[in-house]
Amino acid sequence: MTLSQPVNIVSSRFGLENSFTLDTYLKTGGYKGLRKALSMDPEQVTQQVLTANLLGRGGAGFEAGRKWSMLKPNPVRYLVVNGDESEPATFKDHYLIEKDPHQLIEGTLIAAYANQVNQAFIYIRGEFALGLERVQQALNEAYDYGAVGRNILGSQFSIDIVVHPGAGAYICGEETALIESLEGKRGFPRIKPPYFPAVIGLYGEPTIVNNVETVSNLPWIINNGGSSFASYGKGRSTGTRLFALSGRVRQPGFYELEMHTNTFRDLIYAPLLGGGIPHGNELTAFIPGGASSPWFGPDHLDLALDQDEVAKAGSMLGSGSVIVMDSTTCPVRASWRLVRFFARESCGQCTPCREGSGWLEKIMSRIEQGRGREEDLELLLDVSDNISPSLSWPPQQTTICVLGPSIPPSILSALQLFRDSFLLHIKEGACPYG
Amino acid sequence: MARFSDENLAIATQIISLYPQSRSALVPLCHLAQSQDGWLTPDAMENIAELLGLQAAEVLGTASFYDMLHTEPVGKYLIGICTNIACMLNGAQEVLEYAEESLGISVGNTTEDNLFTLEETECLADCGKAPCLQVNYRFFGPISNEDFDELITNLKSGSLGSQIPDHGTINRVLRKQGLAVSMSEISSQRAEADKQIAKRKAAQAALDASQKGEGK
Repeated sequence: MTLSQPVNIVSSRFGLENSFTLDTYLKTGGYKGLRKALSMDPEQVTQQVLTANLLGRGGAGFEAGRKWSMLKPNPVRYLVVNGDESEPATFKDHYLIEKDPHQLIEGTLIAAYANQVNQAFIYIRGEFALGLERVQQALNEAYDYGAVGRNILGSQFSIDIVVHPGAGAYICGEETALIESLEGKRGFPRIKPPYFPAVIGLYGEPTIVNNVETVSNLPWIINNGGSSFASYGKGRSTGTRLFALSGRVRQPGFYELEMHTNTFRDLIYAPLLGGGIPHGNELTAFIPGGASSPWFGPDHLDLALDQDEVAKAGSMLGSGSVIVMDSTTCPVRASWRLVRFFARESCGQCTPCREGSGWLEKIMSRIEQGRGREEDLELLLDVSDNISPSLSWPPQQTTICVLGPSIPPSILSALQLFRDSFLLHIKEGACPYG
Repeated sequence: MARFSDENLAIATQIISLYPQSRSALVPLCHLAQSQDGWLTPDAMENIAELLGLQAAEVLGTASFYDMLHTEPVGKYLIGICTNIACMLNGAQEVLEYAEESLGISVGNTTEDNLFTLEETECLADCGKAPCLQVNYRFFGPISNEDFDELITNLKSGSLGSQIPDHGTINRVLRKQGLAVSMSEISSQRAEADKQIAKRKAAQAALDASQKGEGK
């Protein structure tokens, strides 16, 4: 297998000692992108991001520049950076926040300038205690340096940034729930339409919500130009992604890779990346883009790490987290654990999700424990269909947000790839994996 | 006990001033109360409600949505063991069972000496170090049974010192200052910027139109 040359766009400082300090940041080109952006007109900054074709790194993969262009003109506008990373097996933002908080702040400032927002908020998952401390420390330094606040870096542009802690709720990563949470309420997603954040967002005002990794790419894009960024990758999948690799691999971790150029096999097996499966076991399945995405079997290992190609193959690159299962993994248990996660995290607003997730969890749990019945397999599909009609991909939904329709994929995938294992659990009255 | 101390009241006042609408400060103030008392007491919720112009029930109704806000006392150290997929695939369930046995409590409970509360958590986003856990939201991983024993010994002896503050303290770095720019000032700056952008766009549109005309 041939690996592309490593490209470090967002993780270039990860290996440095004290990578999180202003001193290190300035020594390695920090805040140059912001200076350059401030010398441009705001719409020119947006144009660079459009040229880069930077796709949102949070999961949905929408073009960041287009999102910005959709911001409704209004005297008051806000920017919210989404650092509430909680998708199972996704841990890239965690490290972008801890290891390079100034890059995050600089990116936030560039986005704030391009969109001429009145105030910016960085919402950080509450469990990232060290991350919260690092970003607050970096923000204090940035104020002292003059990069945030009044007339930043000597320009006419003034902006304040506030670091806001979450308090433990997966659903708050959904952008409208994030906004509700930032308003000091329960994290209940809002229905779209009419509550598209770009139209009716924080405090009812037009709001941009961008993911931490998305924003962390901005300093590089402005420094090097949107077309340089777009020269990495292929088609719509430009630049790099910070892939989070976990599960049954020798070297789990995050790897920044050029989009499209490498395959899942490279990521999982290359000696400098995942290094293969422990004890030389067989890979039985992998999840290509976080807990909500349909699973792939070994026949999809040669698929490129490319948003559109993964979508074409029937799943999604989502949050860029790849979870590997091997011959020691009970697929029923893996699927049950994901279903239990969604059942615990359902906010409870919509009946199909609130009730359906609980039922699915109970059915999966009894199958795993050897108390299942053959007709349970039909029942799983029936309940799933009530949450996500026709069980198609991309999913339809009977719910306000996509948490509900994120539940069936792991069940359907496990059933499709490992039906025999389900039947064996039922027949033997026990989990064959012990 | 449990209303904000003078020092924390000053911090609370600054936090409230950072937001266009004061209710946004609700969760940050709950964290502040937890850092003071270790958990979110009824008195603290009453105090937060007064500061934000809400009813105490609204504070409780919001706080109860969030896993990290504890409206019942917890131990000095809250141990959260992740058993979600990446950790599960690497033996987290076994670590959790070991922890229950070793601490002599089941998940959701606190040891008699009030030192440890054990929780089973969803993905903590440190899957490269699976199976992982947090003590008062500080990460440890990958964790074996032996590592767990060592961690408990160190917590008991206090040798982890300031690395792990008591439960409730998530952010020890205070914001140095309030907002640098007032809301009204920023609004007039933005109105001016919008005018400039509109002007440039109109000029560009006129240029495009004339070039189109020449092209014909």
